[in-house]
Amino acid sequence: MCRQTKEKCAHNAGAVYCGLIYAFLFLPIVVIVINSFNATNTKPYLTWKGFTLDWYGKLFQNSALLDSFQNTIFIAVTSTLLSTFIGTLAAVGMYKYKFRGKNIIDGLLYIPVVIPEIVLGISLLTLFTNTNIPRGLLSLVLAHTTFCIPFVIFNIRARLDGYDKSIEEAFMDLGANRLTTFLRITLPVLAPGIGGGALLAFTLSIDDVIVSYFTNGLTMTFPLKVMESIKSGVSPDVNALSTLILLATMVIVILTQSNLLKNLRKVLKRQS
Amino acid sequence: MIKQRFRSNAGPALVMIGPVVLWLAFFVAIPLIYVLVMSFCGIDKNYNVIFRFTMGNYRRMFDIDYVEIYGQSILIAFFSTVICLVLGYPFSFLIARTFRSKKTILYMMVIIPFWTNSLIRLYGWRTFLGTNGLLNKLLLTLHITSEPIQFLFNRSATILGMAYVLFPFMVLPLYTAIEKLDQAQLEASADLGAHFRSTFLHIMLPQTASGIFSGCIMVFIPCLGYFFVSDILGGGNADVIGNLIQRQFQSGNNWPLGAALSIILIVITLLLVKLYQKCGGDMQSLGV
Repeated sequence: MCRQTKEKCAHNAGAVYCGLIYAFLFLPIVVIVINSFNATNTKPYLTWKGFTLDWYGKLFQNSALLDSFQNTIFIAVTSTLLSTFIGTLAAVGMYKYKFRGKNIIDGLLYIPVVIPEIVLGISLLTLFTNTNIPRGLLSLVLAHTTFCIPFVIFNIRARLDGYDKSIEEAFMDLGANRLTTFLRITLPVLAPGIGGGALLAFTLSIDDVIVSYFTNGLTMTFPLKVMESIKSGVSPDVNALSTLILLATMVIVILTQSNLLKNLRKVLKRQS
Repeated sequence: MIKQRFRSNAGPALVMIGPVVLWLAFFVAIPLIYVLVMSFCGIDKNYNVIFRFTMGNYRRMFDIDYVEIYGQSILIAFFSTVICLVLGYPFSFLIARTFRSKKTILYMMVIIPFWTNSLIRLYGWRTFLGTNGLLNKLLLTLHITSEPIQFLFNRSATILGMAYVLFPFMVLPLYTAIEKLDQAQLEASADLGAHFRSTFLHIMLPQTASGIFSGCIMVFIPCLGYFFVSDILGGGNADVIGNLIQRQFQSGNNWPLGAALSIILIVITLLLVKLYQKCGGDMQSLGV
């Protein structure tokens, strides 16, 4: 066999291999999407009984499920904002200033990243019970913010590696005060890092099972609701909601990946 | 002059770093220290924690039932890690190099499934693999088997679930490491007549070692704690250390024992991270 056909073979084999991996990754999602249109109502919903949109209608009557979803969004948004705020200040501060105990902060930051989530979950549970912080939305926001902060900081730090401090100094030499410098120079330069960190925080929060499991009290989040319903067989309206969430995230990805958004930004810039 | 400058920096530094220090102290350091202290405490009849020093929890941890679960956990974590690595390495190579022109979209397609809740995806697997599931139907129609096969509720199903949920955490660092490989070096090696195997062993493997290490750590450690995977796919037959801890903090209510079990997890984690650093691993590439 000549080299070219050999290479082509290898290329095709590679494509097949990748296809199989994607099949592995998407298989359970396909099952969920199909079942969300499945007309069967006998648990555990395994056979195909024809197409229906009933579950999407039922979804909007299931107030417990919708409430849990609303909680999840509220917690994700609040803890993303909090962790992004604290994390941005910390990342910039730790980059700019030298002080004693920096290593200790660094070490503490790695803890939530590397220890199994269950350890963070139970330690926060003991904290909340001992300090009488009520378990519910508040404790969930505090807990989620805790595991989001390090990811935000690391994301911004990656961006700071190539950052030129002298721009800031020049700006201040020209008479700007600290706050203006921070707002006009530092923040815009770091914006992609901050945005990436915030997105990661949101993703982590919205999908969190373990830490929420220990810190929720009686408040339900969407993942916890799913966990509860798995015991009795997930009802198809949960599948319907999952399908809608998947659809929404796909749309967001396509929008951010495509040039549409970039062009829009260009137009806005030109106008201002 | 220098002193003055330092003093003028102290204010803003405090404003910027103060919040994170307070947050980490209150929500990470203090709770973990408390868990450590609690692991040496006992409980009274009403399951309240009493602060009297005892090694009882640690002694109880050597019960044979528990030791079996540690072994099982490590087995499950080990096989899940191996599966992720073996499947993930060639895959990462293909998406980062061979199909380089489409790498962004190929990479995004690894991440997208993970925006659907992981529990519901595991439930998807359960529906697929169940005795009434699609896979069994397929096998029955093809006459490969005459009876439905029980794929679920054992260690293999749990390993599959762990590998599935943690796969992107392996691909992420591998992809980054493989993308950085120098194409010219790979080509030079091939041009000089080296077999693919020796190019792999002498060039690719050493240069991507840090990616392999951090991927393995990021799969292995969570496996020990992901109790929901073994709950959904293992059905109580494939518990990991996480299940033991969860039980003590929920129904069993022996919090000090649960705390001691958590300390074990922390110790394993610290040992692995130390090993990782010894092997030249970069902390920054863990997690992000």
